[in-house]
Amino acid sequence: MKFRLYRYDPESGEKPFMQEVELDIDPAGKMLLDALLELKAGDDTLAFRRSCREGVCGSDAVNANGRNVLACVTPLSGLKEPIEIRPLPGLPVIRDFVVDMEPFYRQYRSIKPWLVNDEPEPERERLQTPEERAELEGAYECILCGACTSSCPSFWWHPDRFVGPSGLLQAWRFIADSRDQATEERLDNLEDAYRLYRCRGIMNCVEVCPKGLNPTEAIGKIRELLVKRKV
Amino acid sequence: MYELEHMGLPFSRLDNGKIYQRAFGGQSKNFGGEQAVRTCACADRTGHALLHTLYQRNIAARTQFFDEYFALDLVRDEEGYCLGLAALSIESGEAILIEARATLLATGGAGRVFWNTSNAMINTGDGLGMVLRAGLPLEDMEFWQFHPTGIAGVGSLITEGVRGEGGYLVNRHGERFMERYAPHAKDLASRDVVSRAIATEIHEGRGCGAHADHVLLKLEHLGEDVIAERLPGIRELSVRFAGVDPVSAPIPVAPTAHYMMGGIPTNLDGQVVAPARYGPEEPVPGLYAVGECACVSVHGANRLGGNSLLDLVVFGRAAGRHMIEYLRENPYPRETPAEAVQLGLGRLARWSETRGDETVDGITRELRRLMQKHCGVYRKRAVLEEGLGELTRLQERAGRITLGDRSKVFNTARIEALEMENLLLVARATIVSALAREESRGAHSREDFPQRDDDRWLKHTLYHLENDQIDTKPVRLKPLTVESFKPMERSY
Repeated sequence: MKFRLYRYDPESGEKPFMQEVELDIDPAGKMLLDALLELKAGDDTLAFRRSCREGVCGSDAVNANGRNVLACVTPLSGLKEPIEIRPLPGLPVIRDFVVDMEPFYRQYRSIKPWLVNDEPEPERERLQTPEERAELEGAYECILCGACTSSCPSFWWHPDRFVGPSGLLQAWRFIADSRDQATEERLDNLEDAYRLYRCRGIMNCVEVCPKGLNPTEAIGKIRELLVKRKV
Repeated sequence: MYELEHMGLPFSRLDNGKIYQRAFGGQSKNFGGEQAVRTCACADRTGHALLHTLYQRNIAARTQFFDEYFALDLVRDEEGYCLGLAALSIESGEAILIEARATLLATGGAGRVFWNTSNAMINTGDGLGMVLRAGLPLEDMEFWQFHPTGIAGVGSLITEGVRGEGGYLVNRHGERFMERYAPHAKDLASRDVVSRAIATEIHEGRGCGAHADHVLLKLEHLGEDVIAERLPGIRELSVRFAGVDPVSAPIPVAPTAHYMMGGIPTNLDGQVVAPARYGPEEPVPGLYAVGECACVSVHGANRLGGNSLLDLVVFGRAAGRHMIEYLRENPYPRETPAEAVQLGLGRLARWSETRGDETVDGITRELRRLMQKHCGVYRKRAVLEEGLGELTRLQERAGRITLGDRSKVFNTARIEALEMENLLLVARATIVSALAREESRGAHSREDFPQRDDDRWLKHTLYHLENDQIDTKPVRLKPLTVESFKPMERSY
């Protein structure tokens, strides 16, 4: 199979370039990560992150043929040759496919991603009905791979000011939690021309999420709450 | 569990609003009575939800993380105090010394020593390697749990929750074979029992598929609603990696290396302990271990599903509390002798040298195949000895590796080399310990010693790197707060 790989080594003094490589691999039943591991076995200078190899840890998000994917759950047979692999767009490149995730995590931290409940802790669990718990479906499953946020043009322009789809989905995860008492503060934190309203409904995030989540829908629900509390 | 719930873990719920609980393998009421239903769950993503909840609490507490630093070796002084460790920044390639009055290892498992494993690629036993190189022993390294239901040929885990919800295993004749092996508990017998049953079915020609190398896990009868609500992650994994939607067809499964019962010996406070002047379990001052890398030995020779939470939640907390006390009693840092840092730095320097034409990838692949073949579900002396010989040759060849990548910034080739060193040590500890234990107990199954032998082997093994020495220490049978019960033959 033919590959075009984005290569960048900051110590080499060279500019980034696209490397053409051929790999003898039968794509049947294999994922893109299998191919990357084979390529690395042949050339150990190729740098990328990987760990769980089953779509749970979120470390191996890359851009394949123009689309952000998790390499470990992307079937090789579904990719058109030459397969062009680049680092996630919109984030500083450290080396090859390794990007600096700090702008992404900074936005995640900015939404205060933890449960806030100032009531005295009960001796047992806080009760929550199955219906209340169902509100968290489609939000708590996020693996923080960054595929959505780094595919969002609004985040590319304003990585320091726009929270981005992943961060907003997580903001919704806590707003939607019946046990959380900080909804007002969370809404205050987002009621801003940039932090929330830079979402233009482009929906790249929905398109690329490897877990099938829908950040745009969550953003819509947050907007709705903001409107409701105005009137 | 209540504490985790208060932290925000999004547990699934029962109609009355309480945390959802399901049946898991080997769990019974009243020491061997009827099946217990006590495993708290967040759909089939409990681990993911737990990890994220704890990470979120750390963000709230403003914990300082050294993300993407790789620990090289412990730093200890002559009196044995742990003074911190030498580490490598993966991003910059710079080595740093982290001086700490207390150090806690939470480096997880080492399932990557086996070919077929549910473990992530970073589970390379880095804490275990550090402990061995520091001259400390590892405990019970022969006890590795092979989870019965890894996706055949891939190894990814299909949670026991599938069988907890009513899924069951069949062989090529469509027979529910677990009824023969464990008439009472059937598919919810403990993991070692089910794994051996599958291995036996496959070995005796009743496996499924073109190569008769797996069995099938059926859950179609649960219906799409239950599968969608309780097992959505499993459905996703199965569709992706086995090409099978469990709503309409069974999942091909085979045993996969999953969990290490052994590890770094610790006491109830998470302190690392080793034989010393006054007894077999003297704390190493300033050094702690929790989680899968530790062996506090609550799991004995075989862990039950759900119980690794004990390692994390119960002993993680106990260790944290003890560290606070320790820091209070030891308010001043001890001096770090210059030579104490050399162990870690020397390890790093080696990978800039040109040696021979072996590769990390080649050695690691051979190692994993070797372990699978010689030290898997069933073991016996001749095969283990052959494996140990091959491992010794492999370790010699590992000395002739030259890395292609000598750069500093994000050099993952060097990280993989450092991980391989740890895997080789874990493999050695495992085979030597497995040879020593001449009995079958829990997950350790010797064909040449098929019986459990409480007279000779009701004790822990301790493996030392120096001369492959094996010591033993007694098992603590006296509970501190509940009445003791006599060990009995297990039957499911």
